[in-house]
Amino acid sequence: MNFHLKVWRQKASNAPGKLESYEAKNIPAEASFLEMLDIVNDDLVAKGQEPIAFDHDCREGICGMCSAVINGVPHGKDRGVGTTCQLYMRKFQDGETITIEPFRAGSFPIIRDLSTNRAAFDRIIQAGGFISERSGSAPEANSVPIPKTIADEAMDAAACIGCGACVAACPNSSAMLFVSAKVNHLNLLPQGKPEKHRRVLGMVKQMDAEGFGNCSNYYECEAVCPAHVPASFITSMNREYTVAAARKSAGATG
Amino acid sequence: MTLDSKIPAGPLDRKWTTYKNNAKVIAPNNKRKFDLIIVGSGLAGASAAATLAEQGFNVKCFCYQDSPRRAHSIAAQGGINAAKNYQNDGDSVYRLFYDTIKGGDFRAREANVHRLAEVSTSIIDQCVAQGVPFAREYGGLLANRSFGGAQVSRTFYARGQTGQQLLLGAYQALEAQIARGAVKMYSRTEMLDLVLVDGHAKGIVTRDMVTGEIATHAGDAVLLCTGGYGNVFYLSTNAKGCNVTATFRAYKRGALFANPCYTQIHPTCIPVSGAYQSKLTLMSESLRNDGRVWAPKRKEDCGKSPADIPEDARDYYLERKYPSYGNLAPRDISSRSAKEACDEGRGVGPGGLGVYLDFADSIKRFGQKTIEERYGNLFEMYENITGENAYERPMRIYPAVHYTMGGLWVDYNLMSNIPGLHVLGEANFSDHGANRLGASALMQGLADGYFVIPYTIGDYLTSQFGKKVDPRHPAFEETKLQTTARVQRLLDVKGNRSADDFHRELGLLVWDKCGMARDRAGLTEALEKIPKLKEEFWSTISVPGSGESFNQALEKAGRVADFLEFAEVLCTDALAREESCGGHFRTEYQTPEGEALRNDEDYMHVAAWKYEGDGVAPTLVKEPLVYETVKPATRSYK
Amino acid sequence: MGVSTSSAKSVSPLAAWLFSSIGKKTVVAVTGIFLVLFVCGHLLGNLTFFLGPDIINSYAKHLRDLGPFLWVIRAGLLAILVLHIFFTVSLWKENHAARPEKYVVKNHVKATIFSRTMRLSGLIVFAFVIFHILHYTARTIDPAFQHYETDLHGEMVHNVYKMMVVGFSVPWVSAIYIVSLGLLAFHLSHGIASLFQTLGLSNKQLRPRFEFAGRALAWLLFLGFTSIPVAVLLGVGREALK
Repeated sequence: MNFHLKVWRQKASNAPGKLESYEAKNIPAEASFLEMLDIVNDDLVAKGQEPIAFDHDCREGICGMCSAVINGVPHGKDRGVGTTCQLYMRKFQDGETITIEPFRAGSFPIIRDLSTNRAAFDRIIQAGGFISERSGSAPEANSVPIPKTIADEAMDAAACIGCGACVAACPNSSAMLFVSAKVNHLNLLPQGKPEKHRRVLGMVKQMDAEGFGNCSNYYECEAVCPAHVPASFITSMNREYTVAAARKSAGATG
Repeated sequence: MTLDSKIPAGPLDRKWTTYKNNAKVIAPNNKRKFDLIIVGSGLAGASAAATLAEQGFNVKCFCYQDSPRRAHSIAAQGGINAAKNYQNDGDSVYRLFYDTIKGGDFRAREANVHRLAEVSTSIIDQCVAQGVPFAREYGGLLANRSFGGAQVSRTFYARGQTGQQLLLGAYQALEAQIARGAVKMYSRTEMLDLVLVDGHAKGIVTRDMVTGEIATHAGDAVLLCTGGYGNVFYLSTNAKGCNVTATFRAYKRGALFANPCYTQIHPTCIPVSGAYQSKLTLMSESLRNDGRVWAPKRKEDCGKSPADIPEDARDYYLERKYPSYGNLAPRDISSRSAKEACDEGRGVGPGGLGVYLDFADSIKRFGQKTIEERYGNLFEMYENITGENAYERPMRIYPAVHYTMGGLWVDYNLMSNIPGLHVLGEANFSDHGANRLGASALMQGLADGYFVIPYTIGDYLTSQFGKKVDPRHPAFEETKLQTTARVQRLLDVKGNRSADDFHRELGLLVWDKCGMARDRAGLTEALEKIPKLKEEFWSTISVPGSGESFNQALEKAGRVADFLEFAEVLCTDALAREESCGGHFRTEYQTPEGEALRNDEDYMHVAAWKYEGDGVAPTLVKEPLVYETVKPATRSYK
Repeated sequence: MGVSTSSAKSVSPLAAWLFSSIGKKTVVAVTGIFLVLFVCGHLLGNLTFFLGPDIINSYAKHLRDLGPFLWVIRAGLLAILVLHIFFTVSLWKENHAARPEKYVVKNHVKATIFSRTMRLSGLIVFAFVIFHILHYTARTIDPAFQHYETDLHGEMVHNVYKMMVVGFSVPWVSAIYIVSLGLLAFHLSHGIASLFQTLGLSNKQLRPRFEFAGRALAWLLFLGFTSIPVAVLLGVGREALK
């Protein structure tokens, strides 16, 4: 198969960028989207030209590193099943023009080409996305039974791979789906309850400080989420946040 | 040179307790005087960094990914073993220990494996307390499933994403310590060399992958938690970024590389479909419960649609060769049999590298709905990747590399032969012998980080009071200059072949000669070809761009350069080990039935390789394996 | 790690909540509830048009008789509207700033036409509200409206019925009303269900129901409101012009 690519090239965070055209020739239909980029890059490198920089690692849809907006949709999710690495070229028409851009958000500065800095997510986790527990201090695992439905729901939330497609897809660049996934994962579990108010207040505060936009309930986030995290977690986070804020306003501590 | 494994004296089941009772501990006010460098942020690295920081050490942690949450531990699917005996089915620490030793084909250290089994239960407690959403029963208690190589159900799991959930637990603990200021995290930073000061590991040289800055970091001890070297085969189930550089650089500074030839091949992966392929995807082995493996009897049939190959022209070779185990023959045996069929020209699919896994009989027996319930997600994944519907035509499968048991040699303290250099997780060689059981990798990574190193690091650190290394020591600048020169050398070649291109060629060669089955002639040939490929690499590699920027071509080239050198050590070890055991199968050493033929008399040792200089063969240092408690037996699956 | 995790000056927990992302949205949602309730009440009042001149004129008179209390309600409504708009604008500004460099190509997967046009529909509805107040409340667009009077049970009252008939008999005026009310329906098609999500009152099962109910209410309101100009254009109430 042959494709006409329009790829965002940008040398550094502060450098100007633009779409440049490349021809991807003789691409096997069985190739993944990233393998198609590999082929184009191999050719560029052999010619001594700088390859297209893009993030990727596990190439099986779980690490959350790959991140491209394909024809205006993060991970090309309108044609694929998950992440960019799980999108296969047979889903495209021969001869099609494919526009490839980085995940765009002010909080995800571009490092180079399609590669972005998503450290804002780590800082949000630092603001409360954990259970304070010292190695070795844990009680026996079965001492606290957790209803299966609660454990399953926590797992639905915990499935988030932290790729940032939710931010990239959101017209407002909101990180609410990511943040709510972690808040729900931990706040649902009995182990996470002692810190639940601190957690939601801290994480939302950091989310705002990072400059992400606000949720307008477009639901683009859940539509492109490779881990199928539902936006219903956003509504429960809204509730938890309001309750926590009200408690704090009323003078409650902890 | 002799190796002291520092295994505590006393009966096996008391060794770890005795060790802990007598371990040298460091007072809290002294802990903050020590700076620890941890390279890698997977299960081993993140758990060690979080735990050591909680205890009061100053930790610097490095990872090449953009966030510690992306380390490849995340991709582990199946589960994590622990001797909790929640199923009341006869499990115990001893049984987990024995299964692991036997699964490793009696090539692992008894004391290490027993310790692993002992701490396994604490890992589950720890992870549950962190909020890992393990699968549960309706009563709210933890669920278990069974896994290969064990007769009890001791595997804890979180859907098919156990590795992800365990890693996120460790990552969150790590981020909590970063927030406290106890850990300084360096992501998108690659370790390129180890700094030795007076023979002790006292720092590392890193490259900031965004700015290209090459820097040195000094510390009181260095912990490598950098994973395995499966990507020496180019195609594997590892992440693209997984590399041998950290451990190999340490090897070149004098650390011994132990048992590199022990590599594990997983039998049920989606086959390669062309030269463009960048990675192999694993599918759960559980598929073999309901699928029948076959290849066409005649070469001429290979190109035909499987529906056009009549029953009597099909060779259900596992059922034929291993009538009692059939399609459930162990990993190594089914992998090798698939290779044999393909070597005879009877492989199917692109390149003739695949065999069929056929569900037609099961669908007929149970109905498509049942099969869908059991394996729906796997069939979907298969269809997404191959575009084929496995309900209608048989799946194509082929074995792929997915774990490496070998690694840097470490003693009971997880310290290598270089004082101060500790190695954890897949990067060390210690616990799995010649073959790793399913659901044991996660167990080892977390055991090392949460529960072993926090006790054992004191042994070295207590000897270092008042010996704070000066970051201005000339060794730092010297090592940094060497690293800078090496990076520059890669950039200066300005040839016309990409690093991926060399990597593919190396991978094919190593897979062919040192993959599922090895022999003297093939290994000798590989050892002749690898140096030539290395020479070609250094004369025709193309690395466009500069070293002072984000340059993925440069990152790849540096890693491939190390794989090229490491491949020689791998083949040298495989050639020297004239027996078959676990993941190492030498075709010269097999029983008439085609089973691995171990040679306990001559090879019951750890083969640790010492770097002797470029272009010079490494020397072998042996650590004899002494079995005080178990009696090595032959693995039989007939 | 360049982003500071807390601001230097301490803010009261209430202000921190109010000016947080979720706090601002909550204000927009809560004010939205009041506005929707007002719109529903307004429609019920309007529908008395179909019960004849006396009923609607008497309804209007009762409203006017509230005297100062009417001004309290009006001030309250204005405050709610101002808050709704102020916080929305503040959110818009942040949302705009959150993506300094826009996509060259951007496609939507799930966002509806209603959600994507909230800003436009809101702005036009706001402009319409001003027009509507000038038209029927301040009656400055056609000052003649101020002098329509009628006899209601022996008392001279303002003839709202006649004003509506005259007003909607002008085709372009009715067109403005119908188009603007259509945009209001757009706004509410997303807004009503959205406020349940924002206030944390929804969940996976309820969301589709809220979405259906929200849209149904939005378009019922549209039908109700536009039924009057449509009826007038079709000749209803012509006798009032005599």
